[in-house]
Amino acid sequence: MARKLYSDAASALDGVLFDGMIICAGGFGLCGIPERLIDAIRDAGTKDLTIASNNAGIDGEGLGKLLRTRQVKKMISSYVGENKEFERQYLAGELEVEFCPQGTLAERCRAGGAGIPGFYTKTGVGTQVAEGKEVKTFDGEEYILERGIRADLAIIKGWKADEAGNLIFRKTARNFNQPMATAGKVCIAEVEEIVPVGGLDPDQIHLPGIYVNRLIVGSPYDKKIEFRTVRERVAA
Amino acid sequence: MVWTRDDMAARAAKELRDGYYVNLGIGIPTLVANHIPAGVEVTLQSENGMLGIGPFPYAGEEDPDLINAGKQTISELPQSVYFSSADSFAMIRGGHIDLTVLGAMEVAENGDIANWMIPGKMIKGMGGAMDLVAGVKRIIVVMEHTSKNGDPKFISACTLPLTGKNVVDMVITDLAVFQRPDHHSPFRLIELAPGVTAEEVAAKTTAKYEALATA
Repeated sequence: MARKLYSDAASALDGVLFDGMIICAGGFGLCGIPERLIDAIRDAGTKDLTIASNNAGIDGEGLGKLLRTRQVKKMISSYVGENKEFERQYLAGELEVEFCPQGTLAERCRAGGAGIPGFYTKTGVGTQVAEGKEVKTFDGEEYILERGIRADLAIIKGWKADEAGNLIFRKTARNFNQPMATAGKVCIAEVEEIVPVGGLDPDQIHLPGIYVNRLIVGSPYDKKIEFRTVRERVAA
Repeated sequence: MVWTRDDMAARAAKELRDGYYVNLGIGIPTLVANHIPAGVEVTLQSENGMLGIGPFPYAGEEDPDLINAGKQTISELPQSVYFSSADSFAMIRGGHIDLTVLGAMEVAENGDIANWMIPGKMIKGMGGAMDLVAGVKRIIVVMEHTSKNGDPKFISACTLPLTGKNVVDMVITDLAVFQRPDHHSPFRLIELAPGVTAEEVAAKTTAKYEALATA
C-alpha cells in the first residue's frame, strides 16, 4: 500500500507546489484551518496562488499569512471581513476576489470532486452573482449555471485519521474540509492524531481515505478563537 | 414607543412553530433565540455545519472547534448533530429549513432584498445569505424602519445590489410588521408598534403596501 504518512508539512508538500496553482483550503473562519500546511506554503514561497476558501483568515492568522507575504493572486470566497491586510490589497487592486455564495462554493467543490463540471442553482438568481452565467428555467423557476471547482491541491485539517487516510473531523471544524478534500487532484490532510489501521470504526468515518493522498500530524495545535462568547453561571 | 431590538426579535419569535428548523442571521436575528415562546421547540441551524445550537458556553468551557456562523463560541445540546458545509447548504438550498430571520439594508415592495454590499465601500461578501433567501421556506427580515439618515428602508425598488429577488415573506421593523401570503401578492401592514400610527409608517415608507385592516 502506498505510504501516505509524511513527517511534516514541508515534506508532504514536496513536488506538489507550483506558481499559479489553484488550492482549495478547508476551514470556516479560524475553525478547522490547515495551519501547518499554510505555514509550509508560506515558507515555500509559492506565488500567484488562486485560493478557494470560505474566508481569508484574519491578519497574521490562517490564510492571512499568505496574504501578508503577497503569495495570493486571487481569492474565491463568500466572506472576507475581519482582515485589514486583505482590505488594503483588495482596495489597491493588488488582489483579485471572486465572491461566491457560501452554499454555491461548497457545492462547487463537492461537484468538482464528484466529476460534475456544472450545476444549476437558485442561489444568486437576479443578483450580481448571476452576471454572465447561463439562466435556465425548470418547472417555472429560474436557475443559474455554476461551475464545479477542481483544484491542483486541497489542504484540509481533520481530527483523527488512520494510516490509510480514513479521517474523522471534530464538531464544527468539519465545515468546508470535507467537500474541499474531494476537489483536489492531490489532497493533503493534517490531523491531531494518527492511529493504526483498524483503530477507527469504519461506520464513523467522515472522509474515506481514497480522498486523502498525504497525511501529517500537526499537533500540538494552539487553536484560535475569533469571538469568545460565554455565559455566566447562575448560582444555585 | 418604537420597538427595541429585543422587541423586534420577540415579534419575530412569535412566528416560530413547534418542530421548526430555523436559521438565524447575525445581529438582531440572533436575539430571536432568547424569545422562543413557551411550549415551542425549534432546532437552530448554523450554516457552518450544525443543527441544535446550544447557548454560549460557560467561561472556561469554550471550544475552538465549536462555533456558530458568526464565529462565536457556542455549546452543543443532546440532540446536536454536525455535518459538512456541503450538507449544510444542501439542507438550506433543498428547502428543508422552515424559517430564516435575516437583517437587511433594503427591502422592496416586490420582496427583493439587499443586505450584502454597498457600492464604493469595502465588500465583505454575502456569506450564506444568498443561499438562505433562495432556499428557505419562509424569509423574515428584521430591520430598523429607516436608515441612520432617516431614509426609508422598505422602498419601491432596491437601490443596492440584490441578495435575492422576490423572496421576502415578512418585514418586522421598529415601527411595524408587514406580511404577504405568497410571492405574487403585495405586502400588507398587519401590526403597529405601541403608539405608532399608520400615518407615521406611511410617511417613512416608499414601498406600496395594503393598509392595516381595521377591526
